[in-house]
Amino acid sequence: MKSYLTGLVAAAALTVAAIAPAAAQQGSRIIVVTHGQANDPFWSVVKNGVSEAGKDMNVQVDYRAPETFDMVAMSQLIDAAVNQNPAGLVVSIPDASALSASIQKAVAAGIPVISMNSGSDVSKKLGAMLHVGQDEVEAGRIAGAKLKEMGGKVGLCVNQEVGNVSLDLRCQGFTEGFGGKVTVLPVTNDPTDIRAKVKAALAADSSVDTILALGAGTAGEPSVAAVKDAGKTGAVRVATFDMSAGFLKSIATGEAAFAIDQQQFLQGYLPVVFLALNAKYGLMPGGNVPSGPNLITKEKANQVIELSAKGIR
Amino acid sequence: MVHTTQPATDLSPAPAARKIQDERLKEVSLLTKIMRRPELGALAGLILVTIFFLSTADPSMFTLAGVMNILSPAAQLGILAIAAALLMIGGEFDLSIGSMVAFTGLVFGAFLTLTGWPLLLAIAGTFVVAAILGGLNGQIVIRTRLPSFIVTLAFLFILRGLSLVGLKWATGGSTQMRGIDAQGESEIVRELFSGSALEGLFAWLAANDLIAKFPNGTPTVTGVPVSILWFIGFALVATWILLRTRAGNWIFASGGDANAARNSGVPVDRVKTGLFMLTACAAALVAILTVLDAGSTDARRGFQKEFEAIIAAVIGGCLLTGGYGSAIGAFFGAIIFGMVSIGLTYTRFDSDWFQVFLGAMLLLAVLFNNFIRRKVTGER
Repeated sequence: MKSYLTGLVAAAALTVAAIAPAAAQQGSRIIVVTHGQANDPFWSVVKNGVSEAGKDMNVQVDYRAPETFDMVAMSQLIDAAVNQNPAGLVVSIPDASALSASIQKAVAAGIPVISMNSGSDVSKKLGAMLHVGQDEVEAGRIAGAKLKEMGGKVGLCVNQEVGNVSLDLRCQGFTEGFGGKVTVLPVTNDPTDIRAKVKAALAADSSVDTILALGAGTAGEPSVAAVKDAGKTGAVRVATFDMSAGFLKSIATGEAAFAIDQQQFLQGYLPVVFLALNAKYGLMPGGNVPSGPNLITKEKANQVIELSAKGIR
Repeated sequence: MVHTTQPATDLSPAPAARKIQDERLKEVSLLTKIMRRPELGALAGLILVTIFFLSTADPSMFTLAGVMNILSPAAQLGILAIAAALLMIGGEFDLSIGSMVAFTGLVFGAFLTLTGWPLLLAIAGTFVVAAILGGLNGQIVIRTRLPSFIVTLAFLFILRGLSLVGLKWATGGSTQMRGIDAQGESEIVRELFSGSALEGLFAWLAANDLIAKFPNGTPTVTGVPVSILWFIGFALVATWILLRTRAGNWIFASGGDANAARNSGVPVDRVKTGLFMLTACAAALVAILTVLDAGSTDARRGFQKEFEAIIAAVIGGCLLTGGYGSAIGAFFGAIIFGMVSIGLTYTRFDSDWFQVFLGAMLLLAVLFNNFIRRKVTGER
């Protein structure tokens, strides 16, 4: 028993030694706290942007996120970041009420804060220097108008992150721009679950001719698969927020209509660059930076596919 | 057990020396007594985890602000874990507590914003709703004799779903209820359930340079969050009940052998129903604390907290089969969990490894705990 335990401890210590960076270099350190789980393909692109900016700017970066969409846990992660007194802090703000105290604490501690992805409406009020992201209502409206133009009348809005206000806003913008009847379908972020639920929704209401998914890898691809299962490919137009390699292939083959690219790589990359330059030279852009939307239709799809598979778009 | 019949000739009163030979009456040293407590392993696990972070994490993790930062998630989880531990000692599970946090959070938010009830009434109303749901859980388990695992799993989904339905109904379509504000409410009630305690003391300490300050002069820690005080208080009360009261004996008896307990006159059904109501009310307390703290609630609150609470209780020495465990063990278990989940952000490890680490650290803590317990109890 004893040797078994010693072995375990030794194994743990070895793992630690193997993964720990060779030397924790001192100097500029920028911490990024988001609500995006590491296994979500969308957020892995953001994380790649963060890492690349860290390399390009030669600063230390740390990407942190709670394991589930948990605002209480996220505020605690921000507190933890503030305690380490970084040269800059990047946060996403999906729930301003729950996160404001922690963000204001960071500002009070004299840490420059940039918000990204969600929270453009409250960013300035909480003391962030600027926001890098996409206006969700406007992007939803543009997508809705485009889908209406393509002939859509009855729509389905597939929400895989119930509880996130930004996603509610996307559905709201879609409803406004689309003009027709829109039903919101809440799902989990499990592809099998989404596929089954979308299939059921299509069977329940045969008049549905348009689906807007709120995430490509999470909700978009299973929605395309569900439409295929129902034998309605082409008859039901599927569009999605964000992009994934699989969904882009579906656009290229005509199974899906388009993807709304908010270019989230920039949301990870730019704030780190801004904060690194701020630490070095005191530079900071004068206003919010819109990272999207950019509608990726059949013509643009192929050129984006390669980069999407690499986790850059 | 083997009963040896006494020879008929030996009816004379037993000499004093005989009594001591009965192993149940054997005097054990204080040290052995301490070593036999179920929570010892959890304490040892906590020390192990602390050593790990002392050697790998940024030193700011163990500053005052860092420790408060670790204790906040530990407190929220711990309130649930202590209640879950009592229920597990009583021989049942409650998988619905995570969903109960979301649902009672919604109920509380609705009472405050929709009906405009004063804070005290809203809090009382939320506890009543939670107690009714907990009682319902318990009654279904007792009357149908189905495993509590299944019954409460059903409620895990029902309550999570009801939270979503209720939120959309209450907010007119959003999955998040914002702007829940208790300002202007009764001072004492608000102080009890939100913000920080001992703010004056911390301001004084900061003014005298005894604790760290931000550049603008406010202390890095403005007080002890009330959730931490609830956590400590609940752990003490639960331990006292378990070890010093009749109700505590009933809980151990109900979980150890329900039939034997019933035959000795323990109201097993009442004990179990009460425990289900307790876990539901603990979930309601966490919901009230977090909703007042965050000013909002959403459909994902308390997600997977039921598993974390059971893990913390098991780290704290509870047996999955019931009849054995401790509240103070769950207290340490929750702190281990909080330390691991927040502590990793103070290290330089890539966050992709987070869950691997969390799982490995917990496994290590439980194995170590188990090892220590076997060593000291001589269990095979």
